Amino acid sequence: MKKVILGDHAVSYGALLSRVQTIAAYPITPQTLIIERLSEMTANGESNAIFTKVESEHSAMASTVGSSASGARAFTATSSQGLALMHEMLHWAAGARLPIVMANVNRAMAPGWTIWTDQNDSLSARDTGWMQIYCQNNQEVLDSIILGYKVSEQVNLPTMVILDAFFLSHTAEGVDIPDIKEVDKFLPPYKPEIKMDINDPRSFGALTSPDVYMEFRYKMQESMDKAKEVITREGKEFGKMFGRKYGLVEEYRTEDADTILVASATVASTARAVIDEMREAGQKVGLLRIRVFRPFPTEEIVRVIGGKKKVIVIDRNISFGKTGIFFDEVKGAFYNYTGNKPPMFGYIAGLGGRDVTPKVIREIMDDAIKKDKPESEILWKGVKL
Amino acid sequence: MSKLTIPKEEIMSSGHLACQGCAGALAMRYMLKVFGRKTMLAIPACCWSVIDGPWPYSAVSVPLFHTAFETAAIAASGLKAGLVAQGIDDVNVVAWAGDGGTFDIGFQAISGAAERNDNILYVVYDNEAYMNTGIQRSSATPYGAWTTTTPANHPKDRPKKDLVEILAAHRIPFVATASVAYPEDLIKKFEKAKNTKGFKLIHIFAPCPTGWKMPPELSIESARLAVQTRVFPIYEVENGVHYKLNINVKNPKPVGEYLKIQGRFRHLKEDDYKVIQGNVDREWKLLMRKVETFK
Repeated sequence: MKKVILGDHAVSYGALLSRVQTIAAYPITPQTLIIERLSEMTANGESNAIFTKVESEHSAMASTVGSSASGARAFTATSSQGLALMHEMLHWAAGARLPIVMANVNRAMAPGWTIWTDQNDSLSARDTGWMQIYCQNNQEVLDSIILGYKVSEQVNLPTMVILDAFFLSHTAEGVDIPDIKEVDKFLPPYKPEIKMDINDPRSFGALTSPDVYMEFRYKMQESMDKAKEVITREGKEFGKMFGRKYGLVEEYRTEDADTILVASATVASTARAVIDEMREAGQKVGLLRIRVFRPFPTEEIVRVIGGKKKVIVIDRNISFGKTGIFFDEVKGAFYNYTGNKPPMFGYIAGLGGRDVTPKVIREIMDDAIKKDKPESEILWKGVKL
Repeated sequence: MSKLTIPKEEIMSSGHLACQGCAGALAMRYMLKVFGRKTMLAIPACCWSVIDGPWPYSAVSVPLFHTAFETAAIAASGLKAGLVAQGIDDVNVVAWAGDGGTFDIGFQAISGAAERNDNILYVVYDNEAYMNTGIQRSSATPYGAWTTTTPANHPKDRPKKDLVEILAAHRIPFVATASVAYPEDLIKKFEKAKNTKGFKLIHIFAPCPTGWKMPPELSIESARLAVQTRVFPIYEVENGVHYKLNINVKNPKPVGEYLKIQGRFRHLKEDDYKVIQGNVDREWKLLMRKVETFK
């Protein structure tokens, strides 16, 4: 059924269709619409989930961890400061190997207070052991929640489904809401191999000495590597069933391109229009959208942009003291590449929700195309000094 | 009244890692005897993170989820919600935490779970300081006590936080104090908690010979003296208003008898004893008023 819905409500529907059994959440703008709709869904019986209205985001994740450890399919959603508050429990969820799915609405970190989008909140959680999916539209948001459980429950690592504040969370788009019976065929009930079980009592997360700790971490990395295959396979499977295919990255007009723009989230969906416009003017440009940031699709990125003449990365985030984070990682992917390494331009734009319009993207493209190499590691776009 | 028996079955094994005389270990043994095998534990950072044994061992024959310091109450709530969502309604979930994880860092999550009346039992085994990290003061440390962060020349100058009163103010079905020196009362309270729906909290006075600087054989004696001197009254509160004194202490011993056997109070002078006696007398009087008013 096609409906015009907000990005936040696409999250709510994704959770409903995944038949989540527990929800624990705390309100934060711009995530609130997600949990308001889920409150209605659980109150009116559309969803059988037990919804615990907790007193903080730290408790939201701790509750979700507890529910998931008991063997239930558990869900939560947050944003920005909330994600930062639950940071400790993000490590716990991943370290306990729990297939939790959480939506995070990308909102910039305070101070100064802001409710608008950028990616520093979720990227600060980069090394927690969560998979991270950056969505470009509301349809992908809904689908990625379902896919998140499908993948997480196979690799025993949690998934963070990420959507831009307001540009998706509060923007109405046409979304195909699949029939729940069809979703059931794709996503069977969660049946964990090991869980908290009185008939098989075990201690979870006990003290580990230096003699054993490292192996647990090795196994997490092993699962992250495996997740690349699983995400790709399930993304294709999803495509067969629902007509929408998803992968680690998405290419747009890259094949014969000599200049590649790398972007994520809604900046990438806006960039598509700019690529079309430049193509019409005869410029050989293409777009590589990084959809999955963890596990990082090194091979796919190298395959697409290796040997190209120029690469331009737009980051709506910054690692203070370094560069944009996607730029840094894309560059890193090429260190051991033996082919022709393209010069890379790393632009930072749109922090704190500043618009990254087609005009802004076009100016970035034109700027990079006319230069042989970047004059500095960070190229700030639109900073008023 | 029928004679109370303590269940014989041992669900906690003897090969745990507690110090000699640890009342926190003894309290767990009693709790599991009452709660039985249809129980799950959520344990935050505390002595019990170590007592239960390192991976892959466990001293308890029930599922145990080790969780972050401030999350015992909510991890237990989440566990319970997950079980109920799967149609498993007959498993008790117990949050089991030390005083630091309860009075201090875990306080917010407890208040949340209590306000929602989540159907779990929360047990704090209170040894009155951060013992697992090496005896630092917590807000459960009593007035006048030495710890490594309240040295003898500047001991703790504030009273112990009144946890039970704060929980009573949440109007939860059942909150009580208990002591390992009074196992019959302790067992009865576990039974009552097991048969009460909603949020229950039992505050167990749990001497720590290592941290209190006293011989392990004085563990139970010090717990008994804490009650007999009225330092730690044994009472319960139902629904936040119905107070009941479980162990009446008609002829209290002077507080000095409790204080003098513990190295952590060694620096105290006669004048300090007088101050502490005054505090204890005042608190007892206040408690008796509540017991009288709401009985």
